[in-house]
Amino acid sequence: MTNIQIPAVRPQQPAAPATPAPRSSARDRGSRLLATLFLAPTIVGIVVFTVVPIVGSVVLSLFHWNVIDDPSFAGAANYREVFTDSTVLVSFRNTLVFMVFAVALQLVVALVLALAVNGRMPVWLRSVFRSAFFFPLVLSAASISVVMKYLFNQDFGVVNWLLGLVGVAPVPWLTSENAAMATVILVYVWQQFGFSFLLFVGGLNNIPKEIHEAASLDGATGLRKHLNVTLPLLSPTLLVASVVGIINALQVFEQPYVLTNGGPGDATRTVVMVIYESAFEQLRFGEASAVGVLLFVLIMTVTALQFRLSRRFVHYQ
Amino acid sequence: MSQATLSLSRTRHSLAPWARIAALAVCALLTLGPVVWTVSTSLRTPAEAFDLPPKIIPTDPSLEAYSGVFDQIDVWLLALNSTLVTALVAVGQMITAGLAGYAFARLEFRFKKPLFGLVLATMMVPLQVTIVPVFLVLKSMGLTDTLLGLIIPAFPTAFGTFLMRQYFLGMPKDLGEAAMLDGCGPWRIFRSVYAPLAAPGLAIVGVLAFNYHWNEFFRPLILETSGQNYTLPLGLVSLQGNLGTGSISVVLAGVVLSMIPAVAVFVVGQRPLREGITSAGVNR
Repeated sequence: MTNIQIPAVRPQQPAAPATPAPRSSARDRGSRLLATLFLAPTIVGIVVFTVVPIVGSVVLSLFHWNVIDDPSFAGAANYREVFTDSTVLVSFRNTLVFMVFAVALQLVVALVLALAVNGRMPVWLRSVFRSAFFFPLVLSAASISVVMKYLFNQDFGVVNWLLGLVGVAPVPWLTSENAAMATVILVYVWQQFGFSFLLFVGGLNNIPKEIHEAASLDGATGLRKHLNVTLPLLSPTLLVASVVGIINALQVFEQPYVLTNGGPGDATRTVVMVIYESAFEQLRFGEASAVGVLLFVLIMTVTALQFRLSRRFVHYQ
Repeated sequence: MSQATLSLSRTRHSLAPWARIAALAVCALLTLGPVVWTVSTSLRTPAEAFDLPPKIIPTDPSLEAYSGVFDQIDVWLLALNSTLVTALVAVGQMITAGLAGYAFARLEFRFKKPLFGLVLATMMVPLQVTIVPVFLVLKSMGLTDTLLGLIIPAFPTAFGTFLMRQYFLGMPKDLGEAAMLDGCGPWRIFRSVYAPLAAPGLAIVGVLAFNYHWNEFFRPLILETSGQNYTLPLGLVSLQGNLGTGSISVVLAGVVLSMIPAVAVFVVGQRPLREGITSAGVNR
């Protein structure tokens, strides 16, 4: 194989002593050709399935279109409609409520468990706990929600039976407006906290042991040590966990779709559910795209806001 | 002296280890409880499925519910569809991410920075926002309601590309330079020097792709309209819809069946999965 390579390089060699440029430019050309070939699948794919669709979403949002008839220009009509449609407005409110509670709960649970797992214990036990908390992440959100629908059933669900043992009256987990959102959040957090948990375990392992020892010697104690020493050192990881957590939470779909189908009423209808329903059930592609564009703007705004806020709170070592 | 202070501070200030471990054990039970309940209920006869208190070990284990799943839905077809989609996407992503990641890490070409910026930026774009135009693009290609429609758009992976770029950047540059002095061209340097070293990174990309696409629900729900193109999660949710008053043990048996490959990947691919997730946090 090496022998085949040599003739390809050799013809260049006579020129090489005078100016080394041709030789390296041949190599550059080879490297450019290879780069083009290597990048083509990814770049073409991204352009066709992400860049064009983003532009398409914006364009579509300015048209009325039901796939069957020709599209007609609508200007801002879809956006006006979106802002006056109570279901859409409620879905944005639901999604924001979901985001705040789901992300907060997820981060707190993950952080507390990561700190606890990081304490002293046998190595095998630590890896058992780590695997247990990580496990729900590998399951499908849709099928897990099917399972949870039974567990949270008001009449024969295991959750209410367990609560009954300690004398709590049956809770209408999925059928009352207030409880339904809480249930969706619980199910979501149950499956998702492992992600932040893994990030925190990684982040805690990166903190040098000496810093904690120094803090202990200076008289810092349990909770104070964590608040004043661990948290600032963990703040870059906290930022990533909350950014990823928020972006994911704003796109929640499977849990409310399977658990409650957006109900009761519109109590758990989320923005992505509205996009799905208006596009693929009601064939209102223009309105669906307008909602999509607004969701995109919301995600970008929240993320930008977070990075701005984080400048004050994130400390890099 | 300092050792005495350290051990003193440990006993005085941190929660007693046994209490911490007991609390962790309760949390682990809560986390795994629903899964254990699912498996145990799927092994009860449909008539006993609703029994409370739920017996974790069924008195009379039966596989009746499992044969019920096979009667209600074409499990083999759904599993075949899921396997085809997941395997092809995983292999496809390993190839595209490996190649693109290498190009960004080790090759010189014009517009490298803006192109890499483009790839990074698409990590921020949620699938749900672009799904309507993506659906229309696929429709114009005649790929709606086909498995290919699920597979082809999933080939480019921004995160995978990013991960592989980091991976290749972490390899010593001298290896390639030495090969170049030996007369290797850019392709040979990739093929014989760097590509073989990339296997662990590619495993991370593959396992992440497997986990995501085996469980994927949103795109199949939109793209696949005829039952013969359903994947497992879609089939399961429709199984639950078919039953109405029927037995939960049949539904749960279906859930268990669909979990098996995911659990297998968890057992075998736990390490790459964890590394993939952790590097999502560490590298950004």
